[in-house]
Amino acid sequence: MTSRVQLREIAHARAGDKGNLSNVSVWIFDPRHYHAVKAQLTADRVKEAYPNLIRGEVVRYEVDHLQGLNFVMEDAIEGGVNSSLNLDSHGKSWSFLLLALDVELV
Amino acid sequence: MEPPIVVGCGAGFSADRLDPACALAESGRVGYLALECVGERTLAQGHRDRMLDPAAGFNRYLEPRLRALLPICRRSGTRIITNMGAANPVAAAEKARGVAQDLGIAGLKIAFILGDEVTDSLSADTYLPEIGKTVGDVGLRVVGANAYLGVEHMLPALAGQADLIITGRFADPSLFMAPAVHEFGWALNDWDRLACGTVAGHFLECGMQVTGGYFADPPYKPVPDLAYCGFPIAEIGEDGDVVVTKLAEAGGCVTMQTVKEQLLYEVHDPSTYLTPDVTADFSGARIEELAQDRVRVTGIHGRSRPESLKVTVGFDGGFQGEAGISYAGPGAQDRARLARNILVERITSFHDCRGRLRIDLIGMNSLHATAVERIADTEDVRVHLAFASTEREQVEIAMWEVESLLCCGPAGGGGFRGQIVPKVVTHSAFLPRAVVEAQTHWVES
Repeated sequence: MTSRVQLREIAHARAGDKGNLSNVSVWIFDPRHYHAVKAQLTADRVKEAYPNLIRGEVVRYEVDHLQGLNFVMEDAIEGGVNSSLNLDSHGKSWSFLLLALDVELV
Repeated sequence: MEPPIVVGCGAGFSADRLDPACALAESGRVGYLALECVGERTLAQGHRDRMLDPAAGFNRYLEPRLRALLPICRRSGTRIITNMGAANPVAAAEKARGVAQDLGIAGLKIAFILGDEVTDSLSADTYLPEIGKTVGDVGLRVVGANAYLGVEHMLPALAGQADLIITGRFADPSLFMAPAVHEFGWALNDWDRLACGTVAGHFLECGMQVTGGYFADPPYKPVPDLAYCGFPIAEIGEDGDVVVTKLAEAGGCVTMQTVKEQLLYEVHDPSTYLTPDVTADFSGARIEELAQDRVRVTGIHGRSRPESLKVTVGFDGGFQGEAGISYAGPGAQDRARLARNILVERITSFHDCRGRLRIDLIGMNSLHATAVERIADTEDVRVHLAFASTEREQVEIAMWEVESLLCCGPAGGGGFRGQIVPKVVTHSAFLPRAVVEAQTHWVES
């Protein structure tokens, strides 16, 4: 039996910005779900989900023992906090772009 | 083993709350209260303010903060550290002395640290690696450039028993770690301990972000009493042991989850967190909940500090206007779209305005509009326009066009608001440490 769940149900996340670079760390609540998320929530998957927003490279760092994945996304805040015309010029809400994605749990 | 140094956070950003800072000072729990109030945006704005008025350019809440905190800290013996000097630490120190004298506090020792401003060290050839251009290539007027100072630059003020230390640009975690380096006498090449102090500072530098702020997401992540959330406290041990906690009576929470989220906040490679003091490695962090709202972090290591200092270069970016008008009830989405089309036509074709334009439909799709196409089921939509230009008159035309929709646009449009603010653009450079000659100055009330 597999089930498809939105990440927000099984993980929490926080977005930060430096220059025109956004990082979102994603933390899995239940360690038993970590490997499934790690296998499916790849850097490519994140970039492909939002190609118009994330213009640069996406690098994923893994902190396995804390069940955390840190996505570092270049050219992903529409110019950065002092250039972007987005209401959310920091990209504070980008954490919920990642939590909106879904994964399959076995 | 000496008892831990207890450092409280009194602010995590320029406009942070004041009452939780007062609560920490009142508690008598913290030997030091550090207020971190400078960001890339606020510092560049400080430079602009100082150009217009030589007595301006420091944090706008410095006076109310000190007015509230100085009497409490005098009673509790808490020493205050802050970067509220921003672009003008000299004027900030003078203001602080005035506040102390107003309050009848005599003999307050105020130290202020200069040397972070390195505008004169820049040239048109200074390279800005994040954008792959030089300062000259940017083509905008430089308003100011500041290097991030580190712990070594604060040690003379701490050794001189300052009651209040005011800095300009200072690495955020270093503001909070400096008391531990001073009191324990940590060597400035004791990389592991400096990394531990840095992680403690990193947990405190954003205020409530580790006690429940920027975290609550009901029903998955409830936070108790968020309206009265407390600022964090770090207990830093002589060997670099770090415990993050808060006052029991304050709202909020310190948990594995809040600590994990803050651990990698604005961190890229977890094994390489750069500050002026150390290259810290957070990748092996061990996090354990010792008790309710008491979380210990160990397993932090360090390597030698970077050879160069990060410098934020602020440029005059002209002006940005933002304005909105709202539509509600049946057909609101269609009327909002019509309003948007009219604005695009009027601003880009009829007026041929020079600048960058963005229009969002708040309620339908705005913050994530670039990322996702989403049609929301709503009958309450705000048309929000942002327009940036180096020429103020161009921005004024765009604002006028939004306001004109009250009578000239679709039916039932109301609630126009608009404002124009100066825009600053910032980029980072990396300069040799030798460009900074930090000096500690003293004034007394």
